[in-house]
Parts: sequence; structure tokens; C-alpha cells
Amino acid sequence: MTAFPVLAEQALVAQNIAFGIIAALMIFGALRVVTAKNVVHAALWLVCVLAGAAAQYLLVYAEFVAVTQVLVYIGAVMVLFLFGVMLTRARLGRESDLNNKNWALGIPVAVVLFAAMSIALIKGFKDEKLPGPDTANRIDTRLISDSIFGPYLLPFWALSFVLLVAVIGAIVLARKD
Amino acid sequence: MLINQFLILGALLFCIGVYGVIARKNAVLVLLSIELILNAVNLNLLAFALRDNNPDGHVFALYVLAIAAAEVGVGLGLVLLIFRNKKTIALDELSEMKG
Repeated sequence: MTAFPVLAEQALVAQNIAFGIIAALMIFGALRVVTAKNVVHAALWLVCVLAGAAAQYLLVYAEFVAVTQVLVYIGAVMVLFLFGVMLTRARLGRESDLNNKNWALGIPVAVVLFAAMSIALIKGFKDEKLPGPDTANRIDTRLISDSIFGPYLLPFWALSFVLLVAVIGAIVLARKD
Repeated sequence: MLINQFLILGALLFCIGVYGVIARKNAVLVLLSIELILNAVNLNLLAFALRDNNPDGHVFALYVLAIAAAEVGVGLGLVLLIFRNKKTIALDELSEMKG
């Protein structure tokens, strides 16, 4: 890979442009999720954010997680959400009372939180660079599976039990008897 | 690419999610905001996995995905149950524990 420094440079520029476009899309989508007046629109904007997140995962060379994100989130979780909206919504279309009475309290909380975090990040990491396309060591699926079924086997089992309990619990909770 | 690009994007998504959890009244919309928060965490995990060249970040990102799926399943089950019993999912009308 290092034999083509010019190509790596161009790939880096392309990555930065892609990051900017996708990040803008994600931020706009996230703002629409928390401000939309229609529950279904909020859920569909969340699809946009999740797809953007999957694209960002590709930019940090996490292909397997990106594909899993598309399958699990956009494929399964969003369908669940739309079913939840369908089954719980009293009326169709715009609703005026989706926000709390003191919703404006959330704005200063979020702004202060973001200011604190971004100051800490900028002071902490300054302009530290991620490995570029020519220097990054790819973490492929084999390495991930070696990790999951090696040192992280016990959490993996625990996680499968969590999923089993969640499935059974959701059925028990939502069942009409 | 700077690592701060991804970390600050994650921080921004996290804060938008926190705003949503505080501001929203509809229980389904609160769950949607929690998904935003979980995605911000995943973005950070994967950026650090690339920085440190370590697969642990990927493993934890996958665990977060699985936990999020379980959380949505149980959460929507609870929301359905509340809706069936109370005919509303507005969180401020469910103040049963106020004295």
C-alpha cells in the first residue's frame, strides 16, 4: 500500500469530504429526530442517522460492525419502532403535545454537556491523527471473532442469555391474555 | 482524518440524544433518543479501535448493538403494556409514585 503515496493522499481527501457530508446529514437527522412533530417522521429520520452511522463505521474500517448495524438497526429495530408507533398512537399525523412542559430545560443541559465534552476532547487529543488508508492495520472479521470467542467468551454467553430473556420478557409483557 | 472529528461527532449526537430524553414526552420518542445515545457510544468505540489497532472496540460495539436490540424489544413491550392499561404513553401522566 505504501508504494502508492499519491493514491493514499487522494483517498484521505475523499475520506474527509465523505466524513463532512455524512456528519452534516447525521446531525441534521438527529436534530429532526428530537424536534419532529410526527412520531413516524422522527423514526424515519432516525433511519437516516443510523445509515449515516453505518457509513462512518466504514470510514474507520469497521466493515463488519457497519453491516451488522444495517441489518440489526435499520432492518430489525426500526421495524419494531414503527410497530410500536402503530400500536400505541392514538391518532394519525401531527401531534402537538410530544414535548414536556419544561422541554426548554433540555437545551442548556445539552449545550453545557457538549461544551464540556468538546473542550475536554480538543484539549486531550488536540490534532492527533487516525491511521490513514496506507498505514491502518485492518481489523478483519477473523480478528473480531477470535476476540469474541476468546477473551470475551463469557460476556458473549451472558449477552445471549440477555437476548433470550429479552425475547421471552417482551412476549410475556406484550401478550394479551 | 483526525480522531477528534469522530469523537466530537459522537459527543454532539450524544448531547442531542440527551436533549431528546429530557424534552420528549412520548415514550417511543424517548426510546428513539436513547438509540441516538447508543450510536454515539459506538462511534467512539470504533474510532478508538482504529487508533489503538485493537479489535476490542469492535467487539464492544457489537455488544452495544445487541444490548440495544434487547432494550428496544423490552422497552416497546413495556410501552405497549402501559398504553393498554393507561390509554396514554405520555410520560408525565404516569406519575404514579408522586405522593
